[in-house]
Amino acid sequence: MGERFRAIWPPILIAVLFLAAWQLLVVVQDIKPYLLPSPSLIAGNFFSDLHLMWAAALYTGTTALLGLMFGTLLGILAALLAQRFIVINNLITPLAAGLAAVPIIALTPILNNMFNITSRTPRVLVTMIIVFFPMFVNITRGLIQVQPVQLELMRSMNANPRTVLRILRVPNAIPFFYTGLKIAAPLAVIAALVAEYFGGPQEGLGSRIASAAANTAYGRAWAYVVASILVGLLFYLVVIAVERWTTPWTGHNRST
Amino acid sequence: MTTTTTSELAVQASGVWKVFNEGQPNEVTALQDIDLTVSRGEFISLIGPSGCGKSTLLRVIADLTHATKGAIQVAGMPAAQAREEQRYGMAFQQAALFDWRTVQRNVELPLELQGWAKDKRQARAAELLEMVQLADFATHRPWELSGGMQQRVAIARSLAVDPPLLLMDEPFGALDEMTRERMQNELLRIRQETGKSIIFVTHSIPEAVYLSDRVVVMSARPGRITNIIDVNLGSRNEDTREAESFFESVTAVREALRGRGGGSVSARVGEV
Amino acid sequence: MTEHVAVPPVTAERPRRQGNVARRVRRGTVGLLWALAGIALTILMWELVKWLGSAISLPFNTSDTAMPHVWTMAGGFTQPEVRGSDTTVFQAVVAAAAYSLLIALGGFVIGVGIGLILAIVMQRFAFMERGLLPFVIASQTVPLIALAPLITGIGSRLSLGPVQWNTTYSVMFIAAYLAFFPMSVGALRGLKAPTATALELMRSYAATPRAILWKLRFPASLPYLVPAMKVSAAAAVVGTVVAEISTGVRGGIGRLIIEYARETTSQPAKVYVAVFGAIALGLVAASLVTALDVYLTRNLPKEGPA
Repeated sequence: MGERFRAIWPPILIAVLFLAAWQLLVVVQDIKPYLLPSPSLIAGNFFSDLHLMWAAALYTGTTALLGLMFGTLLGILAALLAQRFIVINNLITPLAAGLAAVPIIALTPILNNMFNITSRTPRVLVTMIIVFFPMFVNITRGLIQVQPVQLELMRSMNANPRTVLRILRVPNAIPFFYTGLKIAAPLAVIAALVAEYFGGPQEGLGSRIASAAANTAYGRAWAYVVASILVGLLFYLVVIAVERWTTPWTGHNRST
Repeated sequence: MTTTTTSELAVQASGVWKVFNEGQPNEVTALQDIDLTVSRGEFISLIGPSGCGKSTLLRVIADLTHATKGAIQVAGMPAAQAREEQRYGMAFQQAALFDWRTVQRNVELPLELQGWAKDKRQARAAELLEMVQLADFATHRPWELSGGMQQRVAIARSLAVDPPLLLMDEPFGALDEMTRERMQNELLRIRQETGKSIIFVTHSIPEAVYLSDRVVVMSARPGRITNIIDVNLGSRNEDTREAESFFESVTAVREALRGRGGGSVSARVGEV
Repeated sequence: MTEHVAVPPVTAERPRRQGNVARRVRRGTVGLLWALAGIALTILMWELVKWLGSAISLPFNTSDTAMPHVWTMAGGFTQPEVRGSDTTVFQAVVAAAAYSLLIALGGFVIGVGIGLILAIVMQRFAFMERGLLPFVIASQTVPLIALAPLITGIGSRLSLGPVQWNTTYSVMFIAAYLAFFPMSVGALRGLKAPTATALELMRSYAATPRAILWKLRFPASLPYLVPAMKVSAAAAVVGTVVAEISTGVRGGIGRLIIEYARETTSQPAKVYVAVFGAIALGLVAASLVTALDVYLTRNLPKEGPA
């Protein structure tokens, strides 16, 4: 209890101080909403248009979730193949390293042309590609980086490669899987949101922020930003919760 | 010397060579013409400086790596077959336990791979944990245990399929001296209870002497057996560590390691 | 059967340590060859899908407008940017990518600077670590990029003293925001890397906190700083292009992609050239940081912490 309290109060204090300073700055300096609306104005817009927030968050969240799921599945599959066939590993790994600094989101207009731009499909696909790489890299690392002594042990127990995969490599890769997921989940939300700036259906958070800003409804635009932040946090926290729940053995050295 | 039939031999290595990077500039002869016979129920230590090939010899016997030349029989069959039929158990310097399994399920691992039914392997693992005095820790995770306790789990695991032979690669090398001596007594007790043959790799002269019936002394570059020293200390207890005969054997091994050979205790060079 | 983790011969002599640089150059070359093979395979697949699309019905558009032939894309490089203009598409893309690279560099420098300062503050004061670290971590989960369209609105209406706010600064700001996180977390981990023994040694010399920082913590954090810097640089580039797309700021490759995407019906190859430009931008940035990495870690025994 005391320990938990000690961990919680500094961030809460800093958050309260930050919001108070923001509010004070806006009121005292009379800053116009187009520059920076006050926290109270944003909060007012957020709660009065809660149903709009919810609908937009649901749309973008669904895109992100679908992209995250497909990208993760693809990452798992490719990592298993890369572990089994070194050719595939050799093909994908330098590609994944090279693409680290490449704004993959730039593929969206191409996907918009190939797939139906009025559907969610191109957005899900670009999210999927963005999710794929961190998932692939981390899962592959987990499957391959097992301790040599553990491999020797498996061999001394006459285990075949399939058994080694099931008993040793896959469990070994699970913490790596979550490391990848913790990177990929927030990326999925960002990708789903930014993909909306390339045109297409106007239901999502990205489109709503842009149109609210264009209509000089700055309070509402910022409220949508708050909704985006909440969706991003939700994705991250769900990953953390699932990780704690499914990997009790990593409690001694889990990283945030 | 009485003639022994093969089935009474736990291990028989004859003319074993192991060469790494053969034909390349960095070629290393890790094992040169090794002959070694281990009788059933015997406790043998392999000792020597780093790079003398003692661990490699153990791995060749375990069929974890292949000999470049020579023949190895384990329990009267080729090493590969002995591995496939699980005629030995192995323990390493790192306990190599799986963090995602409980202590109990780590011990069950070799049984699982052999396709044992769940209730049978649970019963067997419980029995083994009793033997290494960790029954209370069955549901713990490996990282919750001390180094010595982890090693005891690893030993229990190596005994799981009840193999006639234990291969141990510096299993106590990372433990502190007090724990180490306790573990040595524990190992001797387990050996007494089970009658296993044991090949034990170590860096420690007192450890080799205290545990073994025979100490195999090796030297490096190329890795070969220089002496085999008989140790006749009778049944061991804490007093043994301070006995005259213990120090005599320690001295004999130490001198053999220095390359002086001989010594007052009966020592034979080369082969058995 | 493929076992990637070879069990080293335990008792064999280890091979003499190779030069860190030479080994990495060789490995990089091998990786490059494989990457080229991957690209060749992608081109082959592209044309195969196009051919398949002309034969049977696929769930997506394989027409020459949506998926131009590879040689059409190649031709796109030399097309004039607009009818009758002297500059080719290629020149326009290179100019835009160079502009974006410059903005990304600015964002990178600012982000890395802020990340380092935060890390030093958090390492020095436990309270700041407890108070700030949750936000630093949360900041990464937050799609701040959502703010981008709002920042455009600020535009010319903001001035800081004599300095007129330029929307380019907004893009740089977003790039810096994305770049600061990996740096602050990596640097904090690095600054905390020295062992208790090393710290006790410094204390036995009565070293000041500043001396400990300069003589011990910074050198010890190098294996953490360099990978963090790589991630930061990647984030800065991605952040720049994404911010350009979101804000519509002119001059960079992000805006160019959006503009060219609108012209796909008349000139389908153009948008591909711009996308290749974005990819090249990422690769150039990655190469620059890798060169820096090779230089900084040339004397380290191995690559970074495990």
